[in-house]
Amino acid sequence: MPVSDFQPVIGLEVHAQLLTQSKIFCGCSTAFGAEPNRNTCPVCLGMPGVLPVLNQRVAEFAVRTGLALECTIRPTSVWSRKNYFYPDLPKGYQITQFDQPICEHGRLVIDTPQGEKSIRILRIHMEEDAGKSVHDAGGGQSLVDLNRAGVPLLEIVSQPDLRDADEAVEYLKAMRDVLVYLGVNDGNLEEGSFRCDANVSVMPKGSTTFGQRCELKNLNSFRFLKQAIEYEIARQVDVIESGGKVVQETRLWDVNKGVTRSMRSKEEAHDYRYFPEPDLPPLHVSAEAIDAAAKALPELPRAKLQRFTRQYGLPAYDARILTAERPLADYFEACAGHYKDYKKLSNWFLGELMRLLKEEGTPLSALRFTPAQLGELLGAVDQGMVSANAGKDVLGEMFRTGKAPSDIIAEKGLAQVSDTGAIEAVVDDILAKNAGEIEKYRAGKKQVFGFFVGQVMRAMKGKGNPALVNELLKKKLGD
Amino acid sequence: MQLTDLTMLELAAKLAAGEASSEEATRASLARIQQVDPKVRAFLRVDEAGALAAARASDARRKSGSPASALDGVPLGLKDIFLTEGVETTAGSRILEGFVPPYDATVVRLLKEAGLPLVGKLNMDEFAMGSSNESSAFFPSHNPWDVARTPGGSSGGSAAAVAAREVFGALGTDTGGSIRQPAALTNTVGLKPTYGRVSRFGVIAFASSLDQPGPMTRTVADAAALLQVIARPDAQDATSADAPVPDYSADLEAGVRGLKLGVPREYFTEGMDPEVEAAVREALREYERLGATLVDVSLPHTKYALATYYLIAPAEASSNLARYDGVRFGLRAKDARSLRDVYALTREQGFGAEVKRRIMLGTFALSSGYYDAHYLRAQKVRTLIREDFTRAFQQVDALLSPTSPVPAFKLGEKVEDPLSMYLMDIYTLPCNLAGLPGLSVPCGFTKAGLPVGLQILGRPFDEAGLLRIARAYEREHDFFHRSAPL
Repeated sequence: MPVSDFQPVIGLEVHAQLLTQSKIFCGCSTAFGAEPNRNTCPVCLGMPGVLPVLNQRVAEFAVRTGLALECTIRPTSVWSRKNYFYPDLPKGYQITQFDQPICEHGRLVIDTPQGEKSIRILRIHMEEDAGKSVHDAGGGQSLVDLNRAGVPLLEIVSQPDLRDADEAVEYLKAMRDVLVYLGVNDGNLEEGSFRCDANVSVMPKGSTTFGQRCELKNLNSFRFLKQAIEYEIARQVDVIESGGKVVQETRLWDVNKGVTRSMRSKEEAHDYRYFPEPDLPPLHVSAEAIDAAAKALPELPRAKLQRFTRQYGLPAYDARILTAERPLADYFEACAGHYKDYKKLSNWFLGELMRLLKEEGTPLSALRFTPAQLGELLGAVDQGMVSANAGKDVLGEMFRTGKAPSDIIAEKGLAQVSDTGAIEAVVDDILAKNAGEIEKYRAGKKQVFGFFVGQVMRAMKGKGNPALVNELLKKKLGD
Repeated sequence: MQLTDLTMLELAAKLAAGEASSEEATRASLARIQQVDPKVRAFLRVDEAGALAAARASDARRKSGSPASALDGVPLGLKDIFLTEGVETTAGSRILEGFVPPYDATVVRLLKEAGLPLVGKLNMDEFAMGSSNESSAFFPSHNPWDVARTPGGSSGGSAAAVAAREVFGALGTDTGGSIRQPAALTNTVGLKPTYGRVSRFGVIAFASSLDQPGPMTRTVADAAALLQVIARPDAQDATSADAPVPDYSADLEAGVRGLKLGVPREYFTEGMDPEVEAAVREALREYERLGATLVDVSLPHTKYALATYYLIAPAEASSNLARYDGVRFGLRAKDARSLRDVYALTREQGFGAEVKRRIMLGTFALSSGYYDAHYLRAQKVRTLIREDFTRAFQQVDALLSPTSPVPAFKLGEKVEDPLSMYLMDIYTLPCNLAGLPGLSVPCGFTKAGLPVGLQILGRPFDEAGLLRIARAYEREHDFFHRSAPL
């Protein structure tokens, strides 16, 4: 059977570092990029005698995320120890949640070519991150950095509802959007603060029995996720086609070779010896706290996108970009209060504004001009007070200086000339100097018209009202 | 009369009256250690400089009229399970040899804030796993009442030091009887508070759901005074209790008239030494004479306590002791060539036989496929044991029993027979499983002159009740005046 006769079945486990100031069980900073082992204390170093104390923000973030993903929040959830030896795991166990996680039974809606699809969330639980081992330290030594040890994580486990690599990517993107919107995670795959493992299996099409699954690790970009899943599907089909059996194992995505390779088999899998963490009482979340968190939930990316297309009449493409990040969407809405041609406003956002933000590396929060000023500029362009091109220059200047658009237009003399007499004088002058070109034009070489426009505009330093220039030229050339 | 013959409160009174200084008391303690510790071997480490500096600071406070607490200046010893900043702490294990903690346990901080000079670290069974102090990686401590015998364990060094009057009092920890059993074997008072009453932060963990620090003293009043210093909620221990801390000395002399005292029939069974039983029965009659009513009660699940304990405690220990991996502190095997070696050789060389035995027991109890049958079932039985006590305390104010089924046994006698050693704790460990407070008070001697202890168990957070009941009995006897024949 060809690959097309097989149905892949995919589930994702997302690990999201929470944007709390301090670690989950001690007061150490969670800041990324500090000198190795700087952000540590006896608690996160796993010294003898230390005890964990829960950072309540972690539970708040977990509840917020659970509600956004339509989960049931457990009134009482239980901490467990997951036991294994590794140098970057200071206590020899990870404090996590096992059989009674804080959130269960949720869902996340994604877009597929066949339309909307609801992906079920099995569970969300809180846990502490491990440190980092550095194996290429030289001298045959390995080094351990425990700055990350104890940084709070949410693990979000989907049901195996995804059916191909594109759906998996779509799910992961949608998940990232939600977490970033909620302000609980920075969505950074490269730095590893947003990570994902994929469970992949294949079964013959029409079958209802899932095949044996493999867990894929080291998928630190959307591209790698797609490539690894596609490779793994092909590999598993190959194994089955050649009469073999897929064995349950953990496989690592090899970025350089573009293959997945076996990391450990089921037999080598750890027995984590989970048991309830005796140092931490069960976590109680009151109905009031859940209600309050539900009321405080922001509008989520998908709802916002749908509202942008509806309320502002924007194409889905525009709405998707504008709502990709909450601050941009908020800013758009602020500007929409001052300028009513929403599609045109969207064009300026997608074009000039985003280009400037990107080129200057400026965060939206540091913008120096107000939504009202942007509205004023766009109004000036519409009224022909300044050309669209000059308007871009004005925006650039507003961006850099924060000056009002009217001041910039005045200072730089960018006001558009819409005085027919003034333009006509220039047009006459240009035509007088270019008798030869007029001949060509009249002989049928119509593209020469562009030459005349260019000459007139140059003579007017770009300030001539383009519509009037066109109109007058056509008239004079006898069209 | 030497200064070291004084109880903590007697010394505190002399300090307050200006009849002695903390430095004199501390020097007397240090001299006594020098004199008798070669025989008793209670101390792993004496911090002479630290203790004297603290004593002089205490005297200065006293002179300026601002003592830090009622016990300011009274020298104390600490089981080597309490982390002391800058002073080596080993939990009686090779794997922590040379480990100098960067912080103080909460109780150590509280003692320092209250002005008590800390003279040194006391011997213990390795990681508190044992009932004789013989699993200490360094040497066994000896019972001051007969140096051929054990002072009990795991807080054996603490009990021996108090009984030998090397210190005025000490702190121990109790996971299955580790405060009460050595107290019983050394004619001292040992109090295991309600789980959560005293902070475990900075106390090296054996079994997290059972461990509890507590005072070990010569008198009931001293235990009350010392508990007063260390009992309080601690934000650094999530299992610490918010319950208000009463004045533990207020009702000490209130007597037992009108109280109902339960006698659990499951605690008077065969295997008990006849002389121990006789002493305890005599104590029961004494309570009747003092006006209490004895009530026969049953704690039917007692027979499962030992098995339950030896699943739960080792399971927690197997996880708690995973951090001793040679990576960040303590021992690292010198011949280790690979990561696997670092783990295997360090733990092989660093842990003693009893610790390894319990790590294996606990690892097995938690293993996939065995968890339900072992650990989970043990937790269910633990609930039944707790319910036994809840029912009993609907009828009675406290329970009376022997602390240990036998008096101090000879060093070496049970080392080869772990099971008989585990049986030493049958009367003490149900209390830990239920999280209740328990106290051992001296109740006489055998013909051979070995101390016997009476155990009093109470309702959660009724330490004051236990102390009052113990004091009523203590007042009628002179046991605590007797000094060990050293």
